[in-house]
Amino acid sequence: MRITLHIWRQKGPHDAGRLVTYEVPDASPEMSFLEMLDVLNERLTAKGEEPVAFDHDCREGICGTCGVVINGIPHGPRAATTTCQLHMRSFRDGDHLTCEPWRARAFPVIRDLAVDRSAFDRIVEAGGFIGVNTGSAPDGNSIPIPKKTADLSMDAAACIGCGACVAACPNASAMLFVAAKISHLGLLPQGQPERFDRAAKMVARMDGEGFGNCTNTRECEAACPKEIGVEFIARMNRDFLRAGVADRPEKATAGGA
Amino acid sequence: MGGTSTCWVRQLFLSSIGKKSVMAVTGLVLFGFVVGHLVGNLQVFIPDDGKKLNAYAAFLKANAGVLWGARIVLLAALLAHVGIAILLALENRGARPVAYRVKTYREASYAARTMIISGPLILLYVVYHLLHFTWGTVHPSFNHDDVYHNVITGFQQPAASAVYIVAMALLGLHLFHGLWSMCQSLGVNHPKYNALLRAGSAAVASAITIGYIAIPVAVMAKLLK
Ligand code: FES
Repeated sequence: MRITLHIWRQKGPHDAGRLVTYEVPDASPEMSFLEMLDVLNERLTAKGEEPVAFDHDCREGICGTCGVVINGIPHGPRAATTTCQLHMRSFRDGDHLTCEPWRARAFPVIRDLAVDRSAFDRIVEAGGFIGVNTGSAPDGNSIPIPKKTADLSMDAAACIGCGACVAACPNASAMLFVAAKISHLGLLPQGQPERFDRAAKMVARMDGEGFGNCTNTRECEAACPKEIGVEFIARMNRDFLRAGVADRPEKATAGGA
Repeated sequence: MGGTSTCWVRQLFLSSIGKKSVMAVTGLVLFGFVVGHLVGNLQVFIPDDGKKLNAYAAFLKANAGVLWGARIVLLAALLAHVGIAILLALENRGARPVAYRVKTYREASYAARTMIISGPLILLYVVYHLLHFTWGTVHPSFNHDDVYHNVITGFQQPAASAVYIVAMALLGLHLFHGLWSMCQSLGVNHPKYNALLRAGSAAVASAITIGYIAIPVAVMAKLLK
């Protein structure tokens, strides 16, 4: 199949960037989208041109490293699919594909299609963990957790942190990511002690990173390769508002021995 | 919020979720007014040549304390709603400095994507509406004590009726996204009643638009004289 690519080329964070057109006249429907880019890059390298930089690692849809906005849709047209799991059979012979990086102030472009998503790491560092030593594995069922709760927590924990939610949001908001991270811990007993503090801290960090504000358009939900729903954003809003209204301020005086 | 207690209010309301909740709560107040105002207005259809409607208007004027209390709450809600909307719009614009060359929407409704256009247009309309029916400045034959007369003669002008009909369609659009969004922002989202919330928002938004539009349409169709 013949594919015409319009790829965003940007030499570095301060370059303005532009779309450059490339032809791949012999793409196979069995190729993954990234393999098709590999073929293009081999040819560019052979011609002495700079290959297209793009993020990838596991190529099996579990690490969250890959991500290209294809014709205006993060991770391309297939639902619940990362860019690395997208195959050329999802397109038609003769298609024109515009390939752009995730676009957000908080995700600066490193080069071409590769962006810096360390803002997500800093949000997790702000509270996306359980701050006690968990010790060795507990006995099975020693902490009872209803199946429904475990499932819901697992749905949130499916987030691979790819950032497609930010890329899809008309406001470049990171609420779905942060909501998923807050929820998968906040739903479980081990996450309870820090539940409201966690929500407050992670949201504050998110705001500080320069992400936009959610306007409930639900574009994030449609783009999420792990099908995480905006229900978790509502849950985060509840936790955050409760933290803001009802949490006791920390005592200013130092206590303890 | 842990940390300093002195500015927790500021911290809460200037956070992204705090701003969303202010939009939701002020939106709810304004929605309450839209419903109440519609119920009051629909008295125009009582076939008594406007006696009930005029009596209702006189009743409101007679209770100046309540009327002004409500007006102040509404004005405060409006100012907060508009002010934070502007702030949010500026921040959201800043959050994506380089636009996509190609952008495809999959879930976002037309209403959701145009809140920032429907909102200011409704605000312009509110100014016109006050000049038209409250102060009478742009009304052809305004009588301070005869609301029924003002409604009939006001809507007999097709241009004025057209403004109202378009504005109420915009209000319906704004509420179609706003009502569901308000619930979501305040954390009301549950698989048991999500379908109801979405359908309910659409139904209520349509009912409000139809209810308001019925008045100029009835006047122009000479059903109300
Ligand atoms: S490369 Fe790991 S998810 Fe795509």
